[in-house]
Amino acid sequence: MKRSRPRWSDFAVEALIRVLGFSTVGFVLLIFAFLLREGLPVFFKLPAAALLGKLWYPTFGKFGGLPLILGSLLVTLLAVLIALPLGVATAVFVREVAPRWAREFLKPLIEVLAGIPSVVLGFFGMTMVAPLVRQWLGAPTGLTAFTGALVLAYMSLPTIISVAEDALDAVPRSYRDAGLAMGATRWQTTWRVVVPAGRSGVIIAGMLGMGRAIGETMAVMMVTGNAARLPLDAAALFKPVRTMTATIAAEMGEVARGGIHYHALFGIGIVLFVLTFLINLAAARVIFRRRRKGGLR
Amino acid sequence: MGTVRLLRSVRRLALAALSMAALGLAGCAAAGGREGAAGSAAHKAAVSGQVSTIKNIGSDTLVNLALAWAEAYMAGHSEVHISVTGGGSGTGIAALINGTIQLANASRAMSAEEVESARRNGFEPVQHAVALDAIAVVVNPANPVNGLTLRQIAEIYTGRIRRWSEVGGEDRPIVLLSRESNSGTYVYFIERVIRLGRKDNYDLPSPETLLMPSSEGISAEVRQNPNAIGYDGLGYVTMDQKVLAVAAAEGEPYVRPDAATVLDGSYPIARPLFMYTAGRPGGAIAAYLSWILGEGQGRVQEIGFVPLPGGAEGRGAR
Repeated sequence: MKRSRPRWSDFAVEALIRVLGFSTVGFVLLIFAFLLREGLPVFFKLPAAALLGKLWYPTFGKFGGLPLILGSLLVTLLAVLIALPLGVATAVFVREVAPRWAREFLKPLIEVLAGIPSVVLGFFGMTMVAPLVRQWLGAPTGLTAFTGALVLAYMSLPTIISVAEDALDAVPRSYRDAGLAMGATRWQTTWRVVVPAGRSGVIIAGMLGMGRAIGETMAVMMVTGNAARLPLDAAALFKPVRTMTATIAAEMGEVARGGIHYHALFGIGIVLFVLTFLINLAAARVIFRRRRKGGLR
Repeated sequence: MGTVRLLRSVRRLALAALSMAALGLAGCAAAGGREGAAGSAAHKAAVSGQVSTIKNIGSDTLVNLALAWAEAYMAGHSEVHISVTGGGSGTGIAALINGTIQLANASRAMSAEEVESARRNGFEPVQHAVALDAIAVVVNPANPVNGLTLRQIAEIYTGRIRRWSEVGGEDRPIVLLSRESNSGTYVYFIERVIRLGRKDNYDLPSPETLLMPSSEGISAEVRQNPNAIGYDGLGYVTMDQKVLAVAAAEGEPYVRPDAATVLDGSYPIARPLFMYTAGRPGGAIAAYLSWILGEGQGRVQEIGFVPLPGGAEGRGAR
């Protein structure tokens, strides 16, 4: 009699957890189904050539998505190019170089960095970074793809640092000892042994940082200028761009439900979803491979 | 096993008792609330006994004026509650069509498509002009250019004129600023200025145009960038931007926007601002609209817009 009570509560808790777990998966599937239902019609209502056109003037019936897709990719890739070296260097510093007390102090600080609301960073970028970009680089305006990438790089740094640091943490101590025992300096050991051993973790850090950057909306909308121009010329970095996220955020409020514009914005949502999914899938593949090879490489 | 079943039934009972208690409490609270509201309304004026709520959403151009009106009106009419939100003319009209609000603010007329979808939802939208607005063309104070013709502005915004030196300014690139495409100001500016008011003209602003999500975005960039040109409702132009004089055509006088030049029609980029209702308004909404057209016009100028012609008194009597 007495023994049946804990077993009953076990059962209840287990059932609860199962229901919660499945409902989370269910919600994700429902969101995806909703996205498809609202977004797919645009691919039937408009020919593919119109959707991949170069002009995005939704008020005047032009729904060319190419400038938006390329704009998002440009800003995101550039952000990762800026953030990855900084982030990995910071991780190496925190994990390998900094004394213990400094590490205890730096790690929470980096987590605080992750907690800054993006609208605050956007405002900072708009009022402080953009004028500097215009004055120092001589661009006609400071609201450019480069400014957006700087702000995004700053925002994806916490993700990159913490993932890269975990990767370095997973490198066995014996590697470091072996390096030092072979007569390598501390720097040689770090740069030639520890970082290469944690390479896949660094790649994952870059991908997760990219996933963070491509979905960011508010800060990007405030600093990139939102001009739907095709960013293919050499100077595109220092000209304004319009990203997919900013387009959805800026235009979703105005559209009448069920119109072409409404479906087009959800269509952009599908493209964004697929891109993010591919990035995460690639990261997951790297993680999987690392596990199979026994935690290294 | 027996214990389990017992436990379950006890729990079920407890739950039932709890929910009944909650229901009873809620019922009491609701009754009390209703009484309170009725009491206070009866105290103020002998109206039907409930506070009527007017939801008023739309044009960011109109939002400050609509807020000032709502505050002034509610101060004298406690039986009406008015909530005002911005978001853009398109947002307000879409909400009116979807039936979630009673009053939409718009800085442009409803499009044929929008009127059509309102009819499909079973009502005829009714337009009420509530104030006049000039669209000011603004540049950085350091820019030596003082005036442009409509055609020059159109060529600047379509990208045919790319440097300030082509219109008598310094040798600098021109940075085009515009409101976002959900703004009624954007649509009006394209139709009136970029297309010069001609129906057969399909010009669009250059893809290089920066679309700013807010009026503040435009003023922030104009304030700090000597290359910039922007436009916005006169009520949103701050002291630290330079307002250009505009000529309707080559050879005609350059006119700066203000109440007088908007009213006599000499400033070429001016338009009425609207509120839309679903069908002919009645009750509280009709009373509010007639107050806006009467007494409310007195507040228009201090917000930066131009009151409707004809004088507040004559309008109020109508």
